[in-house]
Amino acid sequence: MIPGSFDYHRPQSVSEAVGMLAEMGDDAIIVAGGHSLIPMMKLRMALPEHLIDIQDISDIKGISVSGSEVAIGAMVTQAELVASEDVHAVCPILRETALQIADPQIRNVGTVGGNVANGDPGNDMPALMQALDATFVLAGGSGSRDVKARDFYEAAFFTAREEGEILTAIKFTAPPAGHGYSYMKQKRKIGDYATAAAAVMLTLNNGTVSSASIGLTNVADTPLYAEAAVAALVGSSLDDASIKAAVDAAKSITDPAMDGRGPKEFRTHIAGVMVERAIRAAAANAA
Amino acid sequence: MSKMHVKMTVNGKEVEALAEPRTLLIHFLREDQRLTGPHIGCDTGHCGACTVDMEGKSVKSCMTFVGQSNGKSVTTIEGIAHPDGTLHALQEAFREHHGLQCGFCTPGMITRAHRLLQENPSPTEEEIRYGISGNLCRCTGYQNIVKAITVAADMLNAQEAAE
Repeated sequence: MIPGSFDYHRPQSVSEAVGMLAEMGDDAIIVAGGHSLIPMMKLRMALPEHLIDIQDISDIKGISVSGSEVAIGAMVTQAELVASEDVHAVCPILRETALQIADPQIRNVGTVGGNVANGDPGNDMPALMQALDATFVLAGGSGSRDVKARDFYEAAFFTAREEGEILTAIKFTAPPAGHGYSYMKQKRKIGDYATAAAAVMLTLNNGTVSSASIGLTNVADTPLYAEAAVAALVGSSLDDASIKAAVDAAKSITDPAMDGRGPKEFRTHIAGVMVERAIRAAAANAA
Repeated sequence: MSKMHVKMTVNGKEVEALAEPRTLLIHFLREDQRLTGPHIGCDTGHCGACTVDMEGKSVKSCMTFVGQSNGKSVTTIEGIAHPDGTLHALQEAFREHHGLQCGFCTPGMITRAHRLLQENPSPTEEEIRYGISGNLCRCTGYQNIVKAITVAADMLNAQEAAE
């Protein structure tokens, strides 16, 4: 399969890339790793006249961890995220999640920025960013702005990113030291998108949940933050009734599509199973 | 849509060419450089038959535009054997332990395994299976592939210890 023709550009700075976007308008597409875009270009579902490759922009590459404040450059690959001991020390769910994305070759190229910016409900990082209450930094012609991950996703492949903007970084505050965490993903095989997946983080204080967060992957048009499920857990001792209440609350906000991974009811059911397993696993590894 | 000038190091040799930006790295390697070791299998990034090494990392060359590899160093299966033509330990082990049947996935499989053994010189069976999870084989059931990689790791470690 041969993609349509395009001109290839490699800007050296964010401002140069933003300038190109302003000039070329919707004839241009940004490519980071390209592992979502290139298949779409082969199918000619994406037909850019200009491809703007942002791999040389050093400002969007690194990871910085300062105390519990984490900033991940948009061009950081999943493999680089997996390898980061600094991130792992404060927020181990990132490595656990990244290792469940695609396969080794794709993690070497696929970026965290692309995964969150593309707006594909099948991607795993967006639900995690809901759970982390992360902030996305977008650079455009009139400067840079912050958008909360929980406000970013509008519908499948539609996000708060404007056409002239580039996602440059992802920022969040890691949960308190000793928090429990788990990303549980049901998939048919390695490399598949989730039938359903759940990201859970929680903090225990003498056996009582003092804080929690839950994100859901691929069970709606957008990643979901399961607010009512969180409310069911906080203040509980993680007894069976509280966990069941959280699972039911999480299931009630799902609206999955029927696809090769199963009918709607099955995928909602699996979302519940993933939430329960993730809660129990997070409780088990919480300090 | 003009052609672009590309320059990269392929199997240790500097190459330069004019290519359409839409050229995928796999097509550049196979058609321009006549390196037909890396195969086109699924053409969708799943099967790993097109795996090459780029800047010390395994990548799928059917999912990479030639422009994205501009200025980089690429190694294909043709660059794995020793310069004197003798086979690399992985190639020996795949032959000896029947790590292939039809052979279509083998170039990508060995190129990936070659990088895996540099990332982790003594992998467990589980680590091998996870490490080659981006490479599909429809014939072998993976049993002998895993065995060949295990044996090659032992051979390489023994060579290293002897040196």
